[in-house]
Amino acid sequence: MKIRRIGVAAIALAAAGALTLSGCTSGDAGSTGEAGDSTAVITTNGSEPQNPLVPTNTNEVGGGKILDSIFAGLIFYDAEGAPVNDMAESIETDDAQHYTIKIKPDQKFTNGEPVDANSFVDAWNYGALLSNEQLSSYFFESIEGFSYDEDSELTGLEVVDDLTFEVTLKQPESDFPLRLGYSAFYPLPASAFDDMAAFGENPVGNGPYMLDGEGAWKHNERIDLVVNPDYQGPRQPANGGLSIIFYATQEAAYADLQGGNLDVLDAIPDSALGTYEDEFGDRAVNQGAAIFQSFTIPERLPHFAGDEGKLRRAAISMAIDRQEVTDVIFSGTRTPAHDFTSPVIAGYSEDIPGSEVLEFNPDEAKKLWAEADAISPWTGTFQIAYNADGGHQGWVDAVMNQLKNNLGIDAEGAPYPTFAEVRTAVTDRTIQTAFRTGWQADYPALFNFLGPLYGTGAGSNDGDYSSAEFDALMKEGLAETDLDAANEKFQQAQEILFEDLPAIPLWYATVNGAWSQSVENVEFGWNSVPLYYQVTKSE
Amino acid sequence: MAGYIVRRLLQAIPVLLGTTFLIYFMVFAMPGDPIVALFGDKTPPPQVIEQLRARYHLDQPFIVQYFIFLGNIFRGDLGVSFSGQPVSEILAATFPVTLRLAALAVFFEMVAGVTIGLISGLRKGGIFDASALVVSLILISLPIFVVAFVAQFVLGIQLGWFRTTVGQGAPIQDLIMPAIVLATISFAQIVRLTRASVIDTEGQDFVRTAASKGLPRTRIVPVHILRNSLIPVVTYLAVDFGTLMVGATVTEGIFNVPGVGRTLYQAIIRGEGPTVVSFVTVMVLIYLVVNLLVDLLYAVLDPRIRYAK
Repeated sequence: MKIRRIGVAAIALAAAGALTLSGCTSGDAGSTGEAGDSTAVITTNGSEPQNPLVPTNTNEVGGGKILDSIFAGLIFYDAEGAPVNDMAESIETDDAQHYTIKIKPDQKFTNGEPVDANSFVDAWNYGALLSNEQLSSYFFESIEGFSYDEDSELTGLEVVDDLTFEVTLKQPESDFPLRLGYSAFYPLPASAFDDMAAFGENPVGNGPYMLDGEGAWKHNERIDLVVNPDYQGPRQPANGGLSIIFYATQEAAYADLQGGNLDVLDAIPDSALGTYEDEFGDRAVNQGAAIFQSFTIPERLPHFAGDEGKLRRAAISMAIDRQEVTDVIFSGTRTPAHDFTSPVIAGYSEDIPGSEVLEFNPDEAKKLWAEADAISPWTGTFQIAYNADGGHQGWVDAVMNQLKNNLGIDAEGAPYPTFAEVRTAVTDRTIQTAFRTGWQADYPALFNFLGPLYGTGAGSNDGDYSSAEFDALMKEGLAETDLDAANEKFQQAQEILFEDLPAIPLWYATVNGAWSQSVENVEFGWNSVPLYYQVTKSE
Repeated sequence: MAGYIVRRLLQAIPVLLGTTFLIYFMVFAMPGDPIVALFGDKTPPPQVIEQLRARYHLDQPFIVQYFIFLGNIFRGDLGVSFSGQPVSEILAATFPVTLRLAALAVFFEMVAGVTIGLISGLRKGGIFDASALVVSLILISLPIFVVAFVAQFVLGIQLGWFRTTVGQGAPIQDLIMPAIVLATISFAQIVRLTRASVIDTEGQDFVRTAASKGLPRTRIVPVHILRNSLIPVVTYLAVDFGTLMVGATVTEGIFNVPGVGRTLYQAIIRGEGPTVVSFVTVMVLIYLVVNLLVDLLYAVLDPRIRYAK
């Protein structure tokens, strides 16, 4: 298989998804009318964007939710996380390093400008340029010409004609096309570059929705979106618009849903996690999310390097009863981890050789710990650092108690007052304990959970893990143009992680949401955000 | 009178300088790098962090940052938030909302607190007085977030009398429930204060004189007793304004009021120095002005108090 066309596989997957969807909702859809009111505005929860609404400068969910609605990238991800062409006609490659991207003709921004090859190439160059200080600049690092040290043009981008451009990467990366649905890769109209600050306040996009006029972004309050009549892509809105209300707390948003002031809620406060499914019944969702949670033990900690380290890591992993913690502490809103990725990602497997180390096995744990003690006797207290402002104390204390009981060692949590504080200590490498880590995927691919976290010298490799074998398998996987063959390599790489355990996998998060009686066809995407365009509202 | 006002305003300048310095220092001393936190659990390349730090002057020593900030303030530039919005705009959008909320709360606690306190004081030892004491003790001992959640659940969700949170533009009718909740913080104190003050005033010679002159009770109570009893209550209100601002942080979070408290809370969490300092500065300013107004009010309430030139 030399030429890979994402389109074909994607359409097949999308069709399969649509079938299952219509299969399970047709019953009640028939009784209350099919399409709902195409002018009704859906209200949903959000948070004040932390940055101006520029695609390459948004890396958090508050702004991301808005951008995904008002922009259309080359592809988008359907509910299963499968890529579907949005603006792209085709994305082709022979070697996973050189890509030819064709754009659908006659696509427009809401100001009338055409969406063409330059819209993408200029936007990506803007996002990558060092002096533009864009938060997501690192997404372009694999494109030829990218530099962290000086302003440089992305020479790997070449416009062929109005609707075609070519991308050359520094090395083969077969999951590059999968990344193209992420907001950093959205196109920008030429007018944006005149005054990016003004654009960030009133962005002009090409997506299913657009801002409801100038000043639709009412800071700290809400943003109102209306349907973009010029959008021709597959995400055709089945409603009349979207109002995203910014909440400071999840409790307030939940109260509004209960009080009938909100249609769709995608985050349930901790205080309601035990009750919301009873209260909302089939209007509640608790499904897997692309979020992996773990704690990392850096190799520089005493007793955690070499063979002794491997034994101790395995012992700690087996001394944790994940099922008990997820049931008791999280009321079933986490599921025990079986690997280093997430069950919602294509290629996921829960029986990779070596994954037994994640099963609860206190006897084996004690035995391994004793073997490690034979190499060098254990001293001190095992600690996990966490931020006290994020609701982590419950599980940390529970895990530490399990370690105490099952290994007979001193173990305790090491709380830091704020998230910023613990992240700074981790980034500076001044931290002298194990620490909690988590990863939410930017795009639905196995590599995204592995490469950036455990590759030698990789950006988020906070434990400074390094394995030549692992790096080699990552590289081989990226060079494969066939997704299945690539995933096979990535799974082999995970076998190495199970041996070395640079991080101890804990559990996968789930998305918890609910919606009011007035809306139907609510489905949550792979990234835990509802697919707003297909929500219908009766009234 | 005018000279007095000018003197008081001049006194405000060192107070403002001192508070901005302290607040700026506290934000600066907050552990952790806000830029690192911007990236969540992901670690950005060091070059990107350095550049962002430079943009917000976070790479400079504290005193330099502070003087850059002060200099900008004098040019009327309060800086921008991480989301690129001028802080002055955020101030303009949020302060009216919180002032509305606080004013409404003061109104409720004044009306309810003074009325109940007055009746209690006039009929001290009676059933009304005893039950008012019990109710106010209960309210004093309840933390505000408990009152807020109960009100939201019972009045908002179960009975549906009020909107559960504050809607677009924070209209007055949506602010009623948060204001009542906010008012409960100080309601009990005002009841106790008014009651004690009324009992005290009732025993004064001028009240007896008024009564012996044959003035009707309907004139003695509002004009002679109430007016003279209000001085400690009004003083308390000025101090209370600060409590209301603090209480607003909790209340605004629960009822999602797009006001000062909620915005300030978010800015603190995100480590946005300029936003935090500007907000606190304006709060201090309001506090100073309210205190000045109250001092002037004394003269209105009690003609014996005069301010020298």
